[in-house]
Amino acid sequence: MPDTFKPRTAEEARDVVRWAAAEHEPLEIVGQASKRALGRPVQAGHLLDMSQLSGIELYEPAELILTALPGTPIAEIEAALAAAGQELAFDPLDYGPLLGQPAGLGTLGGVVAANLAGSKRLKHGAARDHVLGMEAISGRGEIFKSGGRVVKNVTGYDLPRTLTGSWGTLAVATCLTLKVLPRAETEATFLLSGLSDADAALAMTAAMGASAEVSAAAHLPENAANRLAARGHALPGPSTLLRLEGFGPSVDYRFEQLRGLLGARAGVTRIEVEPSRALWRAVRDAEAFAGTGDLVWRISVAPTAGPAVVAQLAEAFACTAFYDWSGGLVWLAVPGEEARAEEIRAAIAAVGGGHATLVRAPAPLRSAIPVFQPQPAPLAALSARLKEQFDPHGILNPGRMTAGH
Amino acid sequence: MTGIAMPVPDSDVIARRAEIVKALKVMVPGEGVIDAEIGMRPYESDGFNAYRQMPMVVVLPETVEQVAAVLRYCHENGVKVVPRGAGTSLSGGALPVGDGVLMSMMKFNQVIEVDEANRAVVAQPGVTNLGITRAVEHLGFYYAPDPSSQIACSIGGNVAENSGGVHSLKYGLTTNNVLGLEMVLITGEVIRLGGKHLDAEGYDLLALMTGSEGLLGVVTEVTVRILQKPETARAALVGFPSSEAGGQCVAEIIGAGIIPGGMEMMDELAINFAEDFVNVGYPREAGALLIVELDGPDAEVDYLLSEVEAIARRNGATSLRVSSSEEERLAFWAGRKSAFPAVGRISPDYLCMDGTIPRRALPQVLARMRQLSEKHGLRCANVFHAGDGNLHPLILYDANKPGELETAEAFGADILRLCVEVGGVLTGEHGVGIEKRDLMPEMFSEDDLKQQQRVKCAFDPKQLLNPGKVFPVLHRCAELGRMHVSKGQLPFPDIPRF
Ligand SMILES: Cc1cc2nc3c(=O)[nH]c(=O)nc-3n(C[C@H](O)[C@H](O)[C@H](O)COP(=O)(O)OP(=O)(O)OC[C@H]3O[C@@H](n4cnc5c(N)ncnc54)[C@H](O)[C@@H]3O)c2cc1C
Ligand SMILES: Cc1cc2nc3c(=O)[nH]c(=O)nc-3n(C[C@H](O)[C@H](O)[C@H](O)COP(=O)(O)OP(=O)(O)OC[C@H]3O[C@@H](n4cnc5c(N)ncnc54)[C@H](O)[C@@H]3O)c2cc1C
Repeated sequence: MPDTFKPRTAEEARDVVRWAAAEHEPLEIVGQASKRALGRPVQAGHLLDMSQLSGIELYEPAELILTALPGTPIAEIEAALAAAGQELAFDPLDYGPLLGQPAGLGTLGGVVAANLAGSKRLKHGAARDHVLGMEAISGRGEIFKSGGRVVKNVTGYDLPRTLTGSWGTLAVATCLTLKVLPRAETEATFLLSGLSDADAALAMTAAMGASAEVSAAAHLPENAANRLAARGHALPGPSTLLRLEGFGPSVDYRFEQLRGLLGARAGVTRIEVEPSRALWRAVRDAEAFAGTGDLVWRISVAPTAGPAVVAQLAEAFACTAFYDWSGGLVWLAVPGEEARAEEIRAAIAAVGGGHATLVRAPAPLRSAIPVFQPQPAPLAALSARLKEQFDPHGILNPGRMTAGH
Repeated sequence: MTGIAMPVPDSDVIARRAEIVKALKVMVPGEGVIDAEIGMRPYESDGFNAYRQMPMVVVLPETVEQVAAVLRYCHENGVKVVPRGAGTSLSGGALPVGDGVLMSMMKFNQVIEVDEANRAVVAQPGVTNLGITRAVEHLGFYYAPDPSSQIACSIGGNVAENSGGVHSLKYGLTTNNVLGLEMVLITGEVIRLGGKHLDAEGYDLLALMTGSEGLLGVVTEVTVRILQKPETARAALVGFPSSEAGGQCVAEIIGAGIIPGGMEMMDELAINFAEDFVNVGYPREAGALLIVELDGPDAEVDYLLSEVEAIARRNGATSLRVSSSEEERLAFWAGRKSAFPAVGRISPDYLCMDGTIPRRALPQVLARMRQLSEKHGLRCANVFHAGDGNLHPLILYDANKPGELETAEAFGADILRLCVEVGGVLTGEHGVGIEKRDLMPEMFSEDDLKQQQRVKCAFDPKQLLNPGKVFPVLHRCAELGRMHVSKGQLPFPDIPRF
């Protein structure tokens, strides 16, 4: 059982890191450790638990700004925003259901460190698009701040965005400022039934190329749709989902616009606000693959390339898939014990590039194969040099992203 | 040159000029190397033209291989390099150095691919911002970030500065609209980041490059996302008795959950300068003018315009017009978009500041700015990106009057200090460059700045790319890497442990 430090202030956390830097003692950084099942397992003798640095420091709805400590439960932040009619527009995905843990866990620091984003990433961007300012502790044991508390800022390098998605391997966040946005007054989902993957991709492309302001576009082939149907969502077989959010009259208008554009391709159903929200939560959190023993990959490619990747892989081995981000995000479930990393990454290369992350797999497998997409040599070398500039002794989450860092 | 000092030129490098020029001419044949004074003259300054400096030599590469060869040569020979796009920077980011190569990227002027299905455009960095929209508008698409300089500025320069525009509140800055890029490091290594897919597979170096002001690498290709043009855009032109009332209206619009496509404010002086220039019927007597543009489906725009009207009236609007045609909408914008030239006509010279403040501090900041205007004896007209608190005070001065540039600079520095004091930042979209370099310690501690400079060491350990910009004090990478740690006992008996 590793020794756990639970600092109550940024300065206490800094002292821990400073000690670890002096002693070359690796630290594993956790919020609530809800995502320890993600990424490569960290090898560290000490745990730095940031959950005590918790609380919303400043929330100004009219400025669209929220500043909070990294250990603040994401649920607390979402509740505070909802009370003011706002939200985190990047729609952070909840890995709980997929990883077989309770839903609703997680901290702000973890969400940012993992650069989480859900279905609405298509329109609104990921966590990295909403992070404005950060105070953090480098692996040198120094507190530094970067960015600011305003939406528009180019003063110095954009370290807050750069540190987003670095899985705690560059610095330990001690305070975060995010841009927040008004939550849509209402929403509806435009559902097309019965399309093949390829036809669904064409329909989603047409919808995204129209001025209907679709905020999320997903396609659930038969298998995935049936699994969500079994969890209580009214889905009649293969389902192509287009999410419309906004003011009531605008949603209605755009729904009819989509009907004019796509209505001839398949049967159209309108899913109203409450079931629509529930359905998109299920899509976002990959509930179609919850509770199975399959290995799960999350693959990002150009939107039109998604079906081609899946078709190629399905010829090589048994797998099931569904699509988010208008086809650009493929959730792929692979039964058995073989991860198929090489086949998957070759298929991605064949369609012009992207990346695949193994998000659910037993720890030994996550240590044995590259969980994150391997990078070309010059880029890997540059990333390693960057790591060294933040964490010269490699004490922060060693091995979390790659065997090197 | 006035107040801002640049690094002392390296006389050894200058002594080797002939040899360096000769080597460059082999790497970039034809007309790609300019070493005659008359040919280099257009490159001696950018949009921050109070400062001028002739480069040692200008190169205009046309291929990635040429860029890589030049950079590798400069790296091996300890020669500085300043990348340049269209030269519209307002912060001196593209100001040459006398002992360095100025690398213009404007021969990289091709749109490489329009991928309609994936809503992406791949372009060379010298394509203008507007050139991207031009390449896709026949398909009903456009590129959203729209700096006022969009006819001239390059997409590579936009990436380097993380430029914004009047539509940034709703559609984001450059960083939110770039999907991928190719760049060459000072070592000559070519690196590709991102592509048509979303999110990085490792560290988000795309985010780091965007806004890095030419200090980390030379961008040779950019992939951006394009958006379908909104069905309709209409604007409301609203006069208020004071900027305070206008500011309150802005806060209430956002509080009502409305994010307009654009929301711009001008103060009385700016209103009158603009009206003199374009004559579109701005209310001259108003203390502040707000332009609120709503875009989207017809039904939504009509509905939101009525909401905005109601909010404006509640906040004491003294005049209110809603555009009923595309010509009228463009006329509303004409004054705002020509604010800079309009001021340029009234005053021989002006400095354009670029701080961002939390919007609630607006009344306080404007009141203090009026005091500063009196203190320095110079006039100041204000235009703001009201939605996001990004201020553009235009300080009017005459460079031919001895001491007036220095006074204007001191006035500008006071304004930026004020922005930081109220919780804002030095620059919202124009970059630090040389202009705000020496003010960086107002916002950042020494540790903050050193960590930023360490980032550069990962890319450019000899610090040859765009030196003298952004950071007030240059530290060598070896010095930055040193760690002063006292080996330690596990101290902190107070920190809870388990
Ligand atoms: C069981 C479970 C339930 C979830 N529930 C929700 C939910 O309800 N809503 C939601 O939006 N999301 C949820 N998620 C996803 C969620 O967004 C993240 O799991 C969660 O926010 C991560 O926070 P954490 O504190 O648990 O992260 P951890 O798992 O502790 O950490 C994740 C990564 O972030 C790093 N990290 C954590 N804190 C810091 C810090 N201060 N500085 C630098 N790096 C840091 C860690 O080192 C690690 O690499 C859930 C995930 C799981 C596994
Ligand atoms: C009238 C006017 C209005 C303006 N309005 C706005 C506005 O509304 N919003 C806004 O954000 N800005 C505005 N600007 C500022 C300016 O236009 C932007 O900063 C623009 O992005 C600069 O682009 P450029 O091609 O002119 O770059 P340059 O001025 O040539 O260079 C700017 C910086 O980018 C670097 N750079 C250029 N190309 C590359 C490359 N290929 N690789 C690496 N580094 C490179 C340079 O080294 C330099 O540091 C305005 C300027 C003017 C003159």
